[in-house]
Amino acid sequence: MSSIIARRRHPAAGYAAVAGGLVVAGVLYSALGSAGASAAAPAQAQTQIAQGKALFEDSCSSCHGLDAQGTTQAPSLVGAGAAAVYFQMSTGRMPAKELGAENERKPSDFSEAQIYDIAAYIASLGGGPPIPSAAQVSTAGANTALGEELFSTNCAQCHGFAGAGGALTYGKDAPPLTASTPTQIYTAMLTGPEAMPVFGDGTVTPNEKRDIIAYIVDTRNEPNPGGLSLGRTGTVTEGLLAWVGGLGFLVLIAMWLTAKRRRPGNGETKEES
Amino acid sequence: MSEIEEPGGPAEPVEPPEPGVPRRVIGTPSPTPVSVDVEEKPAQPPVVTDPPDKAHASRAEKLVAFLFVLAFVAGCGFIAAYVGLEVGSDRLPAGANPVDAVFRSNLALGLSLSVVLLSLGLGSMIWVRHLTPDQEIVEERHDLQSTPAERAAFQKEFAEGAALSQVTKRPLLRRTLLLATAPLALAPLVLLRDLGPLPGTSLRTTVWRKGLRAVTLGGLRPLRPSDMDTPGEMITVIPEGFQDNPDALAKAGVILIKFAPGQMSWPDRYEGGTLVASMNWTIDNIVAYSKICTHVGCPVALYEQTTHHILCPCHQSTFDAANGAWVIFGPAPRPLPQLPLMLDSDGYLAAASDFTQPVGPSFWERG
Repeated sequence: MSSIIARRRHPAAGYAAVAGGLVVAGVLYSALGSAGASAAAPAQAQTQIAQGKALFEDSCSSCHGLDAQGTTQAPSLVGAGAAAVYFQMSTGRMPAKELGAENERKPSDFSEAQIYDIAAYIASLGGGPPIPSAAQVSTAGANTALGEELFSTNCAQCHGFAGAGGALTYGKDAPPLTASTPTQIYTAMLTGPEAMPVFGDGTVTPNEKRDIIAYIVDTRNEPNPGGLSLGRTGTVTEGLLAWVGGLGFLVLIAMWLTAKRRRPGNGETKEES
Repeated sequence: MSEIEEPGGPAEPVEPPEPGVPRRVIGTPSPTPVSVDVEEKPAQPPVVTDPPDKAHASRAEKLVAFLFVLAFVAGCGFIAAYVGLEVGSDRLPAGANPVDAVFRSNLALGLSLSVVLLSLGLGSMIWVRHLTPDQEIVEERHDLQSTPAERAAFQKEFAEGAALSQVTKRPLLRRTLLLATAPLALAPLVLLRDLGPLPGTSLRTTVWRKGLRAVTLGGLRPLRPSDMDTPGEMITVIPEGFQDNPDALAKAGVILIKFAPGQMSWPDRYEGGTLVASMNWTIDNIVAYSKICTHVGCPVALYEQTTHHILCPCHQSTFDAANGAWVIFGPAPRPLPQLPLMLDSDGYLAAASDFTQPVGPSFWERG
């Protein structure tokens, strides 16, 4: 202290005092400012969670239980995560119309904001992957060729090589991916809805997920050779058309060829009917 | 249309339809005549070259001519499509999609050729059915054998030719000629060698060995058990370093499936004294099964995490992944072989050994 007092008349003392004052002010401001922001964020999140809880109690709790703990009809959603809520609700699968083998895609009755509210509520119960941001599902600069390899390795068995979907056991099915948004595809891989296995970030990295999405989106724009897509389900429809249409036509031709024809001139008046 | 009569000309008496005889169905042959007089040789009716119904034939002629003209137009269209629709990225204008161009070209070529062949075929059939008179003509068949004089002349000429060529007089030439052609005759037998070599023991083993890491197919990343931390996860992996070896990959494809603790349960299973599946071969509730179906070798990766069923998309063989890939439906004769897993020194998932049984479909010597 004594050394400071001794140097208070030093020519640099004024600059030092100003610099010190600025540092103190800056530290105080940033500390107070960030404290204010971090105090505001939980408040906003709390509102969202509260809104989500209200929506959940209205529309979901009859099956999943008032506290999302699950009932005999529906599983517990504790630990399901926001991504699972987003996939199920944005594709219209939840709320389910009925208890069946498979919940089919239908127009969603909820707005994007409402779905995010419910997702925030479910996420607040603990665990589960979050909803990816728009940048996380962007296909800009994605490696479509790698996406094709990953898709044909891990997805095509159920969804078909062009994403047209396919049948599973006991009335379940792998839905077509023709209407799925990138976020829905991403959240489906992340959460493994219904019978679909989970493709977590450890096995399929976020970048690889974007590559797969890019392949699925690109494939939709591919032209169809011959003009007819035949549903793009591959050999099933093509075989059906070949057997029923093609062979049926050939059988009709063969019947026509072997049928006895009318001979109007030589007295045979009959004709096979 | 409604009357059913016996076939035949107007000279034969018309028989009344027999009761109980089913009506003639289109596409079936006409009923046999009731009786045939074998004694009386049927007189050959004079050949009538004109169709019986002139107006009908005229209509048919116009239809056939139209079809032939259509075939001509479509044939010209085929040539025009071949010349006019360019394919190949070097001949397309900049920015054009070469795949689109091939699709367009294939569609135009296929459609025009189909119309040509279909019109030609239909026209020919209508020609024969509606313009040619329906008349049976008996053609006498002659003996195939030549006359004795012709045969004697041929024998004489053959003997003269053989004498002229001196093939009988000069055995050296005859034998060297036979020698010269012998390798050519034997060559096709030697080419059968390309069907081999026999597979030997190569069908019994894969490239998996102790310590060989499993990497994801596509990303080629090794996996730690913590990378598969969610029950219900599934991923296809291959042996590290073999991504460009299709022969090895054809048998070495493996699916990893993550279970929740306690979901898997099965006793040690033996096949002919060999332990082929065991709980102890899993790491952290991650189990590895061969991806090659034991039926005919399709890749099985259609996994339902709710039922733990692995389905083969080819013939619907269903394996219970939680129970040693036991076959619960379909034509597969055996469960999917399980690959014993271990952690290598860096903590990555690796094979603890090769499969303990041959992967994939049955083969003759498998036993």
